[in-house]
Amino acid sequence: MIRAVGKPLEEIIDNIKDCNKVLVCGCDGCVTVCEAGGLKEVKILGSALRLHFAQANRPVTIDENSLTRQCDKEYLAQLRDTIDNYDAVVSLACGCGVQFLAEMYDTKPVYPAVDTTFLGVTEERGVYSERCQACGRCILAETGGICPIARCSKRMLNGPCGGSSQGKCEVSPDMPCGWQLIFERLKTLGQLERFERPVDPKDWTSSRDGGIRKIVREDLRI
Amino acid sequence: MNVTTPSKIEKLLAAGHYVVTSEVGPPRSADGHEIEHKGKLIKDHVDAINVTDNQTSVCRLCSLAAVIRLKLMGLEPVLQMVTRDRNRIALQSDILGAASFDINNILCLTGDHQHFGDHPRAANVFDLDSIQLIQTVKMMRDEGRLLGGYEFQVKPQMFIGAAANPFAGPNVELRVARLAKKAAAGVQFVQTQCIYNMDKFKEFMKIAMDRGLTEKVAILAGITPMKNVGMAKYMQKRVPGMDVPDEVIKRIGGLPKEKQWEEGIAFAIEQIEELKSVPGVRGFHIMAIEWEEQVPGMVERAGLFPRPSLN
Repeated sequence: MIRAVGKPLEEIIDNIKDCNKVLVCGCDGCVTVCEAGGLKEVKILGSALRLHFAQANRPVTIDENSLTRQCDKEYLAQLRDTIDNYDAVVSLACGCGVQFLAEMYDTKPVYPAVDTTFLGVTEERGVYSERCQACGRCILAETGGICPIARCSKRMLNGPCGGSSQGKCEVSPDMPCGWQLIFERLKTLGQLERFERPVDPKDWTSSRDGGIRKIVREDLRI
Repeated sequence: MNVTTPSKIEKLLAAGHYVVTSEVGPPRSADGHEIEHKGKLIKDHVDAINVTDNQTSVCRLCSLAAVIRLKLMGLEPVLQMVTRDRNRIALQSDILGAASFDINNILCLTGDHQHFGDHPRAANVFDLDSIQLIQTVKMMRDEGRLLGGYEFQVKPQMFIGAAANPFAGPNVELRVARLAKKAAAGVQFVQTQCIYNMDKFKEFMKIAMDRGLTEKVAILAGITPMKNVGMAKYMQKRVPGMDVPDEVIKRIGGLPKEKQWEEGIAFAIEQIEELKSVPGVRGFHIMAIEWEEQVPGMVERAGLFPRPSLN
């Protein structure tokens, strides 16, 4: 799932400091799971903003809600009747949600309240780590189910580099070397021959490098 | 080994000589004379001179310009290229540019992560990795083709090298497997990480030899003399993939400060002598970091002078 972390309160306040009426809008999707942008975090942020403006003697109305998802039009449409009541929206959704909301209500300023960070997993509650960079052409079958693009700090397809030490990445001793993990996994799976076969240069057109990506599923279109 | 390029390293190896290489680190300025100065210091005592490519991710005068400068002085350069800063378009373009000046040796590297250097906020590229760069140079040289498929007539005549680090651990088996992968990609020589842990290096060489890799790849043993115990400790603790045993620290640290550099040099020369008896070692790569003036004396004391002539 998409992982995000809340932005510093000062940054959010700075964006809405001249507003009189603000909607703080959460998302019940990914950001709820990683406890960064669901209804609970909306209420915490709303309270913090109200406290701030009260202390600053500024009468600002802060309303709160959370949508099922901000990356689907049907849920964003639920704001249609009320959005004009606000000078701005602070969205706690990921970057996709913030943009889709702004796209639908294109005369309304929409400010992000979280930093969208990566596609990752929950190692334990409060500890999330990256697993996928959505490169658009999955190679996990060849790498023992461990992604070198996401897990190697140099996204090497033929690692490990000479900087890894005792199974740790040269960038940080707290970071496992992705290629060390791949080597061990392939060994366990009896597939070490894959490790010694050079992998050709990757076609990055399916990744960020190909421009904005789009999926069109004709079989699903109405 | 059939010689296929005009590379002096390739010819010397084919003739059965030990090869001695060293390196020049370009300045963090536009001072081309510094490269000339460093080149002159070592030119009579080595067969070829590597020029590092923004090593440790610190921005420096580019390796391509520096190797051209050395070439114009009549020396034999090795162009080091990392894939960190340039995509496949720029890398191939630089290879063609280097070859147009008759640069005949290339060292294909992935490069240190930018986190270490003077621009830690930079974006990295890593469009290719070192092994894919080896494949690319080989394709350009042998097939006259770019990765994009374009075919051309005047091919880069490159003797293809790479690095090998027997010490990056945690097991030597993996490090030999990576060397095997480089060999499969087309590498012809490797320069190893600085050797301080001789036992581990010998273990690496034994496995490499048993797997027939030393037949395919000429291994040049990496030597870096320690200037003092501070440097030894720094290398032990801070430099990624370096293996400095405690005995080395004790040996150099056991002497008064003003004597430590001499011990560092003496230790390096002993290492070369010992490495001469390790099967599969085909030469030495002496990396005297910002200490190039020591290289001639080391080469002489290690019995590697005069350097063989090709005529």
